[in-house]
Amino acid sequence: MILLHTTGRILRQLRHDRRTVAMLVAVPTLLLTLLYFMYDSQPGVFDHIALIMLGVFPFIIMFLITSIAMLRERTTGTLERLLTTPLRKTDLLFGYGLAFGLAAAVQAGFASALAYLLLDLDTQGAAGYVVMIAVANAVLGMALGLLASAFAKTEFQAVQFMPVLAVPQLLLCGLFVPRELMAGWLQAISDVLPLTYAVEALQEVGAHAEPTGTMWRDFGIVAGAVVVALVAAAGTLRRRTP
Amino acid sequence: MTSAIEVADLVVHRGARPVLHGLSCTIPEGSVTGLLGPSGSGKTTLMRAIVGVQLVRSGTVTVLGRPAGDAKLRSQIGYLTQAPSVYADLTVRENARYFAALYGLGQAEADAAVRDVGLAEAASQLVGNLSGGQRSRASLACAIVSKPKVLILDEPTVGQDPVLRDELWAQFRELAQHGSTLVVSSHVMDEANRCDRLLLIREGLLIADDTPAAVKASAGTEDLDQAFLTLIRRQGSGVPAPRATGETSEVPS
Repeated sequence: MILLHTTGRILRQLRHDRRTVAMLVAVPTLLLTLLYFMYDSQPGVFDHIALIMLGVFPFIIMFLITSIAMLRERTTGTLERLLTTPLRKTDLLFGYGLAFGLAAAVQAGFASALAYLLLDLDTQGAAGYVVMIAVANAVLGMALGLLASAFAKTEFQAVQFMPVLAVPQLLLCGLFVPRELMAGWLQAISDVLPLTYAVEALQEVGAHAEPTGTMWRDFGIVAGAVVVALVAAAGTLRRRTP
Repeated sequence: MTSAIEVADLVVHRGARPVLHGLSCTIPEGSVTGLLGPSGSGKTTLMRAIVGVQLVRSGTVTVLGRPAGDAKLRSQIGYLTQAPSVYADLTVRENARYFAALYGLGQAEADAAVRDVGLAEAASQLVGNLSGGQRSRASLACAIVSKPKVLILDEPTVGQDPVLRDELWAQFRELAQHGSTLVVSSHVMDEANRCDRLLLIREGLLIADDTPAAVKASAGTEDLDQAFLTLIRRQGSGVPAPRATGETSEVPS
């Protein structure tokens, strides 16, 4: 099956790049450790921030990795060549989704294990839901990265889409200023940004022992945003070019 | 002999620049056709149009009885791009196996293609660590792995040593004998002599479409380089070129 072969190919590429794999695992854990010591003197704050960061790191990292990986497919001619073969566009897009989703699961697994076991992260809900939402966030970052790569001609441009597409979501998701305290128009913007719902879902896991309806709704919204971004990304894959 | 590829009145613009101006040609099945012409003449554009990745302004390209780019053609066409289009962060073998898998083929076919391009020794090396010539052969392995009915090769032998070039041409010939139709672009005239037919393109116009022998005969010289110069001048001046070899000696070479 072409989809699974494509997933395997992307994971093989990742495997040859040992440093990237090491950084995928190490960077979130190091940053969480940094947060732990930063908020050492303020009890409870680490729980709040680390929980959200477990969802935000995979989003940002997968966005960056995918937008560069897809840009490479475009600039090295492999994309054009793939599109002359029996491969369908969905094979490629979902191939990326599966491969990086898997990488994100490993990453979120390590980061969560560290946060819960060594850094005493405390949430009411189970860690499994945190990992689940983190993976959904990673796939969201991946889908937006695939889309963003269509608008970049060089790596310089591609990395700059990160602040354009990711940072506003991060600023408005309720992490820095609670959403209720924002001006109405900022709340309205926040309402249409998918990361807002991912963060809310994580906060639900933090506050409730059992998964809540709000959490599942938010998870569904993130999944829906992934589908929308992937469909839009599929529209940017052209078999015929000028 | 039936035709595998038919191009009729093909007009292609890239950006604001017209690249092909109403080009027509027919490429017979089971043949090796050489596509020759200076850099920028439209060779790659014509190949892209045959593969079906080029947006065309007007005209038609028919491959195996279907419009170029038709979904059903994708399993029957192989395309070697001019710049190697393989994954630099995979080994040669991994690249070939992935492209084989896209055609529903297994590891045996992939490994055979790697052997066919003379990379058996380098199969487990990352493509990114190979020399330019090896890298383009890795790309070639991925194009021939499915033994497609139509094989479009954009400068497959650039940067290869003469022995290897000879071996690659023997394989192109073998593929054609098994019924594949090959279109091979080249800058090297001794390769043109190995083709069944030649298409000479200059500035988006077809100035020769014949067998190598006929091209040489019509230009009145045994040397293809000279023959092309003669044909280009004849086209440019609009008057018949001199037939005697003595008179072509004024052509700088």
